[in-house]
Amino acid sequence: MSTPTSSATSNTSPASSPASTDAATPAATASGIPAVLASRRVRIGVPSAALAVLLLIAPSTFDGYGISLLSKALALGVLAVSVSVLAGFAGLPTMGQAAPFLVGAYTAGVLGTHGHTIGAVQLLCGTLTGAGFAAATGLVAVRTRGVAFLMTTLALGELTVTAAGEWRSLTGGTDGLYGIPPIQPLPGLATLSSDRDVYWFVLISTVVIVAIAWRVLRSPVGKLLLASRDHEARLRSAGHPVTRYQWIAYTAAGALAGFGGVLMCTVNAYVSPDDGSFSNSALVLLAVVLGGATSPLGALLGAGLIVATRDWLAGPFPGHGPLLLGLMFIVAVYALPEGVAGIRFRTPAGTRFRMPKRRGDPA
Amino acid sequence: MGTLDTYFVPALDGVAWGLLLFVAAAGLTLLFGIGGVLNIAHGTLFALGGYLAATVSDGSWSTAILGMVVATVGGTLGGAVLAAGTLPLAERGHLPQALLTFGLALVGGDILSTIYGGDPHPVVIPSSVSGTMHIFGHVYPTYRLMFIVVASVLALAGTYVLGRTRAGALLRAAADDRDMVGAMGYAPWRVHAALCGAAGALAGLAGGLGAPIIGPAPDAADKVLMLSMVVIVLGRPGSVAGAFFAAIAVGEIETVGVTISSNWAPYLLFGLMALALVGRTFRGSADSAGAAGVAGAHA
Repeated sequence: MSTPTSSATSNTSPASSPASTDAATPAATASGIPAVLASRRVRIGVPSAALAVLLLIAPSTFDGYGISLLSKALALGVLAVSVSVLAGFAGLPTMGQAAPFLVGAYTAGVLGTHGHTIGAVQLLCGTLTGAGFAAATGLVAVRTRGVAFLMTTLALGELTVTAAGEWRSLTGGTDGLYGIPPIQPLPGLATLSSDRDVYWFVLISTVVIVAIAWRVLRSPVGKLLLASRDHEARLRSAGHPVTRYQWIAYTAAGALAGFGGVLMCTVNAYVSPDDGSFSNSALVLLAVVLGGATSPLGALLGAGLIVATRDWLAGPFPGHGPLLLGLMFIVAVYALPEGVAGIRFRTPAGTRFRMPKRRGDPA
Repeated sequence: MGTLDTYFVPALDGVAWGLLLFVAAAGLTLLFGIGGVLNIAHGTLFALGGYLAATVSDGSWSTAILGMVVATVGGTLGGAVLAAGTLPLAERGHLPQALLTFGLALVGGDILSTIYGGDPHPVVIPSSVSGTMHIFGHVYPTYRLMFIVVASVLALAGTYVLGRTRAGALLRAAADDRDMVGAMGYAPWRVHAALCGAAGALAGLAGGLGAPIIGPAPDAADKVLMLSMVVIVLGRPGSVAGAFFAAIAVGEIETVGVTISSNWAPYLLFGLMALALVGRTFRGSADSAGAAGVAGAHA
């Protein structure tokens, strides 16, 4: 029906910019020729190839700490992809996506401490609980728009963190859940004993789930979401149940976040309410901004860049991770208007200030 | 009478805490409701005020007052940084501004913890108000009583400025129709800068005044920010009177509520916030002219 106009194609471009700083070797050969860069296949393909090479050679080149950081970045990356679905595609920038992430992480932690250590089972259960959580909270959240949605998701996130801290019998309270045993990926396979094993498990899981998400977003489903972001009123008048689309997107994003939470629990072998904190939600929003709002691959790269900045680059300056991250936020807002623009609600060109509101306008 | 006695001190604490939140949240609600800036760095400005006041005051009245002045000036300067940072983003909606202020909050928090360390800073207050006094048969810290008086005066003064002066009228006009205020000859950037400065000053002053109640510590910024968000949402963004009642309610929930049921009070705050947002949205979509009822969807 009503297809999104220019936004779908223009937003994929920033995906290449973080990649060129992150993994430079193959990208450097192409960067000299602007005509080559203009091709969509090169813009997507070169960073993807660079990322794939980096991820495949990492276990043999990095030490244990580097590998576990990479695993963490992948888990956070899945969360960032879920934010990209919501903020980029559905036009619902969320400040509480760490909540379903936390639910998924606790699901894995509780299953693990009760002796259910099959990775696939944990992933399935975490995905389902994340989806269930989002389905329930989404009933109220998707009825709000704009800043109200931002604030509602923030409140829901804080409520979840509070609940996680208070429900001591299940979650271990604010001390967190520790002593979570290592998992077996599938029944009959060996237990993941080293950082390297965990990394491969996390990598394969991430590739599978991101591929699924990417495939779904490339289908007409993604187009419908983009349309409901850009032309909500028009889509509604064409008979589409936009609120239901957004609820489904919210639930699916919750499932993705829950999946990421299980991975994070597998990497850390520890879950605490801090995993669901507001700053985690804001960090993945930054990852999505860095990566270009409608690019799952960009969101993954953005998450990698954030973890690298916070935990690896800040190594020589202990305790100053927040400073570097803060500077990154500031630079990103000014230097990547395209990345940010993919998320913001569209306003007609030339309106300097607030437009008079009409009923049905998205904020 | 017995139950009233039990809850007297928590209730009075709730008033003090609520008034503190009001002074802190008033700046945030002005900036958000009128300026359209969702200022995540507000808690950092509060902490800045607290640290500055704690550094300057050494127990005498003159340094205590100087501390308040320094805290207010520090907050105003922080607000100026905010104004300079957010002005170029005015056309790009809420999210870039929120991300920018989050970045500023991270940088500011890092600088504060580098200078002042990770431990809470005790504040030396003048000895004449550092003791306790008897009120209706209860022992209560003198400083908090004084704080209640001072904050009430501030609240009244703020209401007067906003409701009865020309500057206040200008700000209220800017909330309703910024284009028209611009057409009247007031440069939008000046209104924006004044708003940011006033919001920063209020945050800094709240930090300085509140330092003996919630000591300047790394986690104070987050706590004040989150509670201020609850306050401005409950009291409708942009409404100072609404923020006042919401702040007192939040203060009472945080003190009396926790005394009554420590299990459920924590949920009450953010639960109420979510309910208020959703309730207003439903009401806003129910009546045709009520699009403005979508909480805080200004600008």
